[in-house]
Amino acid sequence: MKRLITYEAAINEALHEEMQMDPRVFVYGIDVADHKRTFGTGIGILEKFGAERFFSAPLSEEALTGFGLGAAINGLRPILTHIRVDFMLLAMNQLVNMVATHTYGTGGKVKVPLTIRAVIGRGWGQGFQHSKSLQSFFAHIPGLKVVMPTTPYDAKGLLKAAIRDDAPVIVLEHRWLYKQKGEVPKEDYIVPIGSSNVLRKGKDITIVATSWMNVEAAHAADILERERGIEAEIIDPRTISPLHDEPIFRSVGKTGHCIVADYDWANCGFSAEVAARVSEACYGVLKSPVRRIAFPETHCPTTRPLENIFYPNAKDIVRAAEKSLNLRPIDLSKENFYSHEHTFTGPF
Amino acid sequence: MPTSLELYNTLYLIRAAEEGIRKYYSENEMKTPMHMSMGSEAVVVGVLSALQKNDEIFGTYRSHALYLAKTGDTDQFFAEMYGKATGGAKGKAGSMHLSAPERGFLGTSAVVGTTIPIAAGAAFANKRAKNKKMTAVFFGEGAMDEGVFWETINMASLWKLPLLFVCEDNGLAIHTPASERQGHGPIEKIISQFDFQIATSESTDVERIMARAKDVLQKMARTKEPGFLRLKYYRYLEHVGVNYDFDAGYRAKAEFDAWSKKDPILLQKKRCIRKGIPASRLAESEKRICKKIEQSIRLAKQAPFAKEGETYTDVFA
Repeated sequence: MKRLITYEAAINEALHEEMQMDPRVFVYGIDVADHKRTFGTGIGILEKFGAERFFSAPLSEEALTGFGLGAAINGLRPILTHIRVDFMLLAMNQLVNMVATHTYGTGGKVKVPLTIRAVIGRGWGQGFQHSKSLQSFFAHIPGLKVVMPTTPYDAKGLLKAAIRDDAPVIVLEHRWLYKQKGEVPKEDYIVPIGSSNVLRKGKDITIVATSWMNVEAAHAADILERERGIEAEIIDPRTISPLHDEPIFRSVGKTGHCIVADYDWANCGFSAEVAARVSEACYGVLKSPVRRIAFPETHCPTTRPLENIFYPNAKDIVRAAEKSLNLRPIDLSKENFYSHEHTFTGPF
Repeated sequence: MPTSLELYNTLYLIRAAEEGIRKYYSENEMKTPMHMSMGSEAVVVGVLSALQKNDEIFGTYRSHALYLAKTGDTDQFFAEMYGKATGGAKGKAGSMHLSAPERGFLGTSAVVGTTIPIAAGAAFANKRAKNKKMTAVFFGEGAMDEGVFWETINMASLWKLPLLFVCEDNGLAIHTPASERQGHGPIEKIISQFDFQIATSESTDVERIMARAKDVLQKMARTKEPGFLRLKYYRYLEHVGVNYDFDAGYRAKAEFDAWSKKDPILLQKKRCIRKGIPASRLAESEKRICKKIEQSIRLAKQAPFAKEGETYTDVFA
């Protein structure tokens, strides 16, 4: 019997299980112990494990990040939680200068088992300071691991792996994925950090998608299959850094075409990294240029009509696939590309 | 409790090690920016002597004194200065990133103020472990200009962390005096609005500083509050580098002359003599320390650099 639970419940289970298993694990951050419990992901933890292991902190992102490093090198396994990725920018010095370098700077003597969870906002007016994902930014820095779970299965398995990892891991969770349901086993498991996953098998074109873009990629693949009989293969890297690129090369080796649909800015972004690697590794077999679908070089607007233009979606993926495969343009006038925009009713 | 002679030996070790750096730096083999401790020896040794051996410390890019006082080691110290494989961090750290985690010296940083919150996290872990360990974080008064300093002061007070803030106050951030940077009165008055045990000192007498630190540590143990020490000293040399810079015009040589009359090493030597320790015994001690330093420098010069592959290792544990 398959057990279907939401992404937020999967995160909650991961936290409960790891805290039960390992007394060194604790959760802290701005407002984590309020009545909302980080969109439900922290439910029941305070009651079960007490305020010593689950507590709200002052609004001091930089100090809280350094605090996590100090606790991590002194025997604990902290989980710092941010309700928006954007707030992490206040902590870049600690993250980049201190957390990322500590193991290197001690000649490898010291482990840094620090997990930083952060939620990517979208819609209902999140605007340009509540919607950033920044995976390209974080992944650019050696010494930081970056994961972006898409499915509830991965949300649980990657968070558990992050908590058990001896290196700092940033876990980026998309707010719109929180209510998505998926199969999650009851028994203990992890999803290894640095393992890409083929979400959908296909032989005609490879789509590498991150986070929410996997939802868009699945929609696009449905349309391509239904309208043109094209079988798209979707690969979710799940880990942005260190990137497990072999499955991507293998897939492109088979399809000869590659679209990278990344949930971040295109310019100098993760999509550029994947495109470069694919171009180098698959030069001889590519039948079309690697195409990138990602955020344009502007800020995320607050008002929905403009926001709908800002975010790339399944339509853009379909159009890119048509170009790569030289397909007749599909009539998309009957498709609803903005259904999710109406599911999330805010305010936060 | 260290004896007067033991304290003298540690002070002398630090001064002589830095004199060693000054002697050889122009050979251009120690390719690491030196931020010299000279002048601050009593502050560092005084506080460390008040702490227990297994207490933990964090420092800054100006941490030669802290490293030497905490570890007593000069072999790995000089190897790290020369960037050699035998250094504490295989040459990856250099002068600005000294640490000896196996001996409780948990870290330093080349960015002002940045080890302060890390020390708070380490203190939190100790509090959770109920191991009675104290964490001390050393920083210059320039760090008080940084937001993260205030963030951590608040956190330490709020969570009653076993954390001792040690402000090594030389009145200068690089070349800019506190009066041109700080729009507030004495820091201890501000800190007194938080739940802290506080003491200040302008002494260069290691034993007075040690007594002051001990007193604060005892009060911290009783109240479970964090502590704050503001200890004044005079930076003898330029901000970075091994030379005097009184010709630069931002400070007067007369200040140095006044402070050097109460030089911490000199003061402690006088105390030892006053206490009846024969001058010959002090000389013997000094000779032994100088020999140890010369030996460490020789070893460091002869040691190999780390293998090329080391560039890529230790990114992750």
